[in-house]
Amino acid sequence: MSADQAVITIAPSHARRLRATVSARILVPLVVIGILGIGAIVVPVLYNYDPLHADLLVRLKPPGTAMPDGSIAIFGTDKVGSDLFAEMMAGTRVSLIVGASTLLIAGIVGGILGLLAGYFGGWLDTALMRIADIQLAFPSILLAILLVSVLGQGILNVIIVLSISNWVIFARVIRSQVLGLKSLEYVEAARTLGASHFHIIFRTLLPGCIAPMLVIASVEFGYVVLAEAALSFLGVGAPFGTPSLGSTISTGTQYLASAWWISTIPGLLLLVLVLATGVLGDALRDRFDPRLRSA
Amino acid sequence: MLGYVVRRLLLAIFVLWGVATVVFIIVRMVPADPALLIAGQTATPEQVASLRQQMGLDRPLTAQYVQYLGQAVTGDFGNSYTHNVPAVYLIGQVLPNTALLAVLACTLAIVVSIPLGVLAALQVNRIGDRLVTTVSLIIQALPGFWIGVVMLLVFSRSLKWLPSAGLVGAQSLILPTIVLALPFIAILTRLTRSGLIEVNGEGYINTARAKGLGELTVVFPHAIRNALIPIVTVIGLQFGTLLGGAVVTETVFSFPGIGKLLVSSIQLRDYNVLQASVLVIAATFVIVNLLVDLLYAYIDPRVRLSK
Repeated sequence: MSADQAVITIAPSHARRLRATVSARILVPLVVIGILGIGAIVVPVLYNYDPLHADLLVRLKPPGTAMPDGSIAIFGTDKVGSDLFAEMMAGTRVSLIVGASTLLIAGIVGGILGLLAGYFGGWLDTALMRIADIQLAFPSILLAILLVSVLGQGILNVIIVLSISNWVIFARVIRSQVLGLKSLEYVEAARTLGASHFHIIFRTLLPGCIAPMLVIASVEFGYVVLAEAALSFLGVGAPFGTPSLGSTISTGTQYLASAWWISTIPGLLLLVLVLATGVLGDALRDRFDPRLRSA
Repeated sequence: MLGYVVRRLLLAIFVLWGVATVVFIIVRMVPADPALLIAGQTATPEQVASLRQQMGLDRPLTAQYVQYLGQAVTGDFGNSYTHNVPAVYLIGQVLPNTALLAVLACTLAIVVSIPLGVLAALQVNRIGDRLVTTVSLIIQALPGFWIGVVMLLVFSRSLKWLPSAGLVGAQSLILPTIVLALPFIAILTRLTRSGLIEVNGEGYINTARAKGLGELTVVFPHAIRNALIPIVTVIGLQFGTLLGGAVVTETVFSFPGIGKLLVSSIQLRDYNVLQASVLVIAATFVIVNLLVDLLYAYIDPRVRLSK
């Protein structure tokens, strides 16, 4: 049963409440992501966080320890004595940068290819969909691991690799969206009026693709962030000296017996970030594109 | 049906060829010279050159590609640079472990999620449903490697109930199976729930209710059958995610499977093993999907008739 069916059958006050829940489901995760985003920019600066600085006197201190400079390490310190809170927020910055850039690149590339494939059809469409088939035969993390192992570590490479494994979903959805829009009257009208292919694709069809693109972007964001963390956890993502939630969790596994907080607390933060984007994605989908609604 | 099987089979072969080609291209992009890697830092240029010749690296790329495809078909991926045994041999040793893990995780996921999905669907928007949906949402957002680490911390470090690493008896399978099954449980639960809710208004369900059958009897033979159709597809599609998840999970638990072999082959720059394990994982995924599609066509005649 979908929400729009419910809206038709039940009283208007229920409908209003339903819309209010959707708005809350959009607003709350946006606030959470906003706070994390601001924290990611401000906290490392406030704490003078330097990933290469070591202060071995205060290493592996539990959460709540008072530091020599008078501050309190609310989440403890890591194996070289860095404040874990500052390190986590610096890691969040990497997560957010990787997530946003990947979706931007994958969205633009996949979106354009999907538009062209859906609009022109023919060999271009066939070729593109076969490439998509091949790529979907790879578990995406596997493709990412293989590519990074060849390209080498680094944030830019992680972004490239994750864009490569994510463009397909944009291309597929936009293609099917275009196939649906193509035969609508307003597109026919533009064609009849003599609009060029370029005009029809980018001025007539593209606006109808923006909503599904935003929906996919928000749904995929969490997966991209998780993939970056997994790559860094496996040691093929963020390079040494670039704090990432995945690599912090990975280092923490060596200190499970003595310093449980290094692995567990950054993971909770990662969970909150991914959960917020997941809820946001679902809510946006319900709000703007009921046809894409998932289980 | 036969036409459908043939078409689907051809597509699978095409995809396998594509995957093999992509792996060839990616591995050949490696900046480092594999001959130099094997020969080591101390080798003379002559030794490296003769090794290159021996490995066929001096031949044109097209010739290498043809040879590679021939080898891939026969399952010969060359020797491991580090262990000096055929890459296939290394994979053969660990593949059964991963297969066992994947099958266990799949089974666990199905056994847990279908009852949960039914429970949620039976009381839509009431407390049980809210609880199940929220928990599955959280589970879906859990980083697999992190929950693995947390479970290690709790069950093997603190409580000392379970072994922490490797494969020493059946107990070693418990944690990796759970971690691998978790995302699968979340997706299947949501899918079972929405599948059941979707068929809820159908005529045959109303008929069953009108006959005076209890809610559970309505669900079990009647509703679940149609609700299960999309679930079969998703199990196939998610199998790839499961294999990908195995890479991470096996690393966390030092579980001797193909995922761990893959990660260590990257660290050791053992490209023959890397290439072979990627191909084996991708091929498994393609074959499982092929089987699922055929099964799907068998269950639902509309699929084989529509194309």
